[in-house]
Amino acid sequence: MLKKSILIGLAFGLATIVTGAFAQDPIKIVYIGKNTGNPYFDSITGGFEDACQVKGCDFLFVAPPTAEATSQIPFIEAQIQRGVNVIGIAPNSPDALNQVLDEARAKGILVLTVNGDLVGNESHRDATILPVDFTKTGPNQVELMGSMINYEGDIAILSATTEAPDQNTWIAAMKDTLANNPKYANMHLVATVYGDDQPEKSTTEMEALLANYPDLVGVIAPTTVGIAAAAQVVQSRMIADKVHVTGLGLPSEMRDFVKDGTVSAFQLWSPYNEGWLAVHFALGVLDGSIKNEVGGTFEVPNLGTITINDLNAMNTQAELTTFDINNIDDFNF
Amino acid sequence: MNTISKIFLRREAGIFVMIVLFCLAVGAFKPQFLTLQSLRIVLLLVPLILIGAMGQMLVLVARHVDLSIGSTLGFSAMVVGMMFKYYPEIWWPLGFLVAIGVGAGLGLFNGFLITLFRLPAIIVTLGTLNLYRGLTYIISNAKQIDRQYVPSELKAMSQTSPIFGIPWIIFMIIAIALLTYWFAMHTRVGRQIFALGSNPVAAQLRGINVSKITLLVFALSGALAGLAGIMYASRWGFVNPSNTGSGFEFQVIAAVVIGGVSINGGVGTVLGTVLGVLLLGCVSSALPLLGIPGTTQNAIYGAVIIIALLIDRGVRQRAIKTISAKA
Repeated sequence: MLKKSILIGLAFGLATIVTGAFAQDPIKIVYIGKNTGNPYFDSITGGFEDACQVKGCDFLFVAPPTAEATSQIPFIEAQIQRGVNVIGIAPNSPDALNQVLDEARAKGILVLTVNGDLVGNESHRDATILPVDFTKTGPNQVELMGSMINYEGDIAILSATTEAPDQNTWIAAMKDTLANNPKYANMHLVATVYGDDQPEKSTTEMEALLANYPDLVGVIAPTTVGIAAAAQVVQSRMIADKVHVTGLGLPSEMRDFVKDGTVSAFQLWSPYNEGWLAVHFALGVLDGSIKNEVGGTFEVPNLGTITINDLNAMNTQAELTTFDINNIDDFNF
Repeated sequence: MNTISKIFLRREAGIFVMIVLFCLAVGAFKPQFLTLQSLRIVLLLVPLILIGAMGQMLVLVARHVDLSIGSTLGFSAMVVGMMFKYYPEIWWPLGFLVAIGVGAGLGLFNGFLITLFRLPAIIVTLGTLNLYRGLTYIISNAKQIDRQYVPSELKAMSQTSPIFGIPWIIFMIIAIALLTYWFAMHTRVGRQIFALGSNPVAAQLRGINVSKITLLVFALSGALAGLAGIMYASRWGFVNPSNTGSGFEFQVIAAVVIGGVSINGGVGTVLGTVLGVLLLGCVSSALPLLGIPGTTQNAIYGAVIIIALLIDRGVRQRAIKTISAKA
């Protein structure tokens, strides 16, 4: 597996070197994903690749076969040995990687968490790039759900795994929004269930929701596997007029459901821009044109002015993007 | 021996009773579990496992085991998915031939390693479980085949049909179970598989070509895993290099063993296997309905498998005792 990822990566790397052959000693950037075969990371990687093509750096994507807490460690070690300048990583664990990331930073490697952070262990990386201020996810999702059901009725949440930190943050924020904003006083959250990001399990959980709560009018699934599974159940039961599904999804996976009316709208951000920003930030820090200090700002083509927030966190966009029948074809990830 | 004892001696009766008791118990708490809608959910949950279980049953009867089926499923599904993506003009039902053919090829490769080099199946297929999964990543460049590339006619097979709206996939598994029954019980080759599994030495002495039978059961297991692969694309609408088929072998082997197929070879029935698959399907769909949290579902699922085996053993021993007491 390791060898294979490296081989594929080498192919990418070679392609980049060939296109940037005039550069003397290109900066080597690696991005370590959560796991292979995850279409979400294809899009982030696309941003890295395009930015490196423009700026002339050498980019490599690697990822372990499964998203386990410790599975990224050997990949980080291999990249340290390869002598990369920048490690971008979507950490599979908020604390299992501390030691190996410290080792990388001791060698002078710039360590960025991209698309997920080491919550509570921020001192073990240099900066983090997140698509959006994640505190907005919960309220944005509740508002979208409300607009689909006239702000009244029973709703449920279909999540990924019980221990996923980002999911739990979003769910807590959804509950908080529903409880404290009078606008949503007539929306009742009746259940939160977990489909483990597997289509089979997400489907049985969705079916159980429909059987247990006959008055259900909406389901929020803030996970790409969950929203597709929920949409498929609603589509095959032909109840899209009664049960409204929304959440966080990939346009490539949701396009058919939007076009046939199963799902009227869902949200996400641009994973592509995360890669794009990461490369511009990393190269800026390495050549001294960007200072990695809280409160600092810099310009990135296509994204405008980026501010370095508390804990050296940067966002590519202010609010979530909402996808519906009018714009779904504008996105190719 | 009276008829009642005869029925209870049959392993299938024990599993059938367990299914009924389990469903009634769940229905006592959640009446909606005993509805047609719920039956539909269970039946749509089990087809892939049932297809895989028919092949695994034959492999176990022949005293082997095939751990590679999850990756065989994944690889076949990926080949078909890529065909749909890159050659969309191809007549889509050809996908069935391709999936079954690719699966049979991978199964034959297992069989060759086992017969040619006299290697234990458990080790060979553990190796190919990883090998075939790795090849799936390589051919797909670790990229998923998205929903838009899977033909809508194929997806519709898992959703409906002109016959009372019962999805085609349900008729398909009934046909496969009947065909397997006929093959296992009423063909010469089918009976040879049982003879080989009961006593390989005697089977060889009686002139059964052991290598040929071994190759055949692995090819069949692979072909059925391949069929499960294209049906995965039909049922879920996508093919993912890491998720598709992952853990499939464990679900299938659990169902087959609950269904009374002996891991020591020679013993197993289609009816028992079908009931084993149905029991697991009922459990998987009941746990979320009962509101049992995901964190405890795995433990309960595992416990149910073990309890089912223990009850089954108890029921049969009691039946045997009753009969010997009368004799």
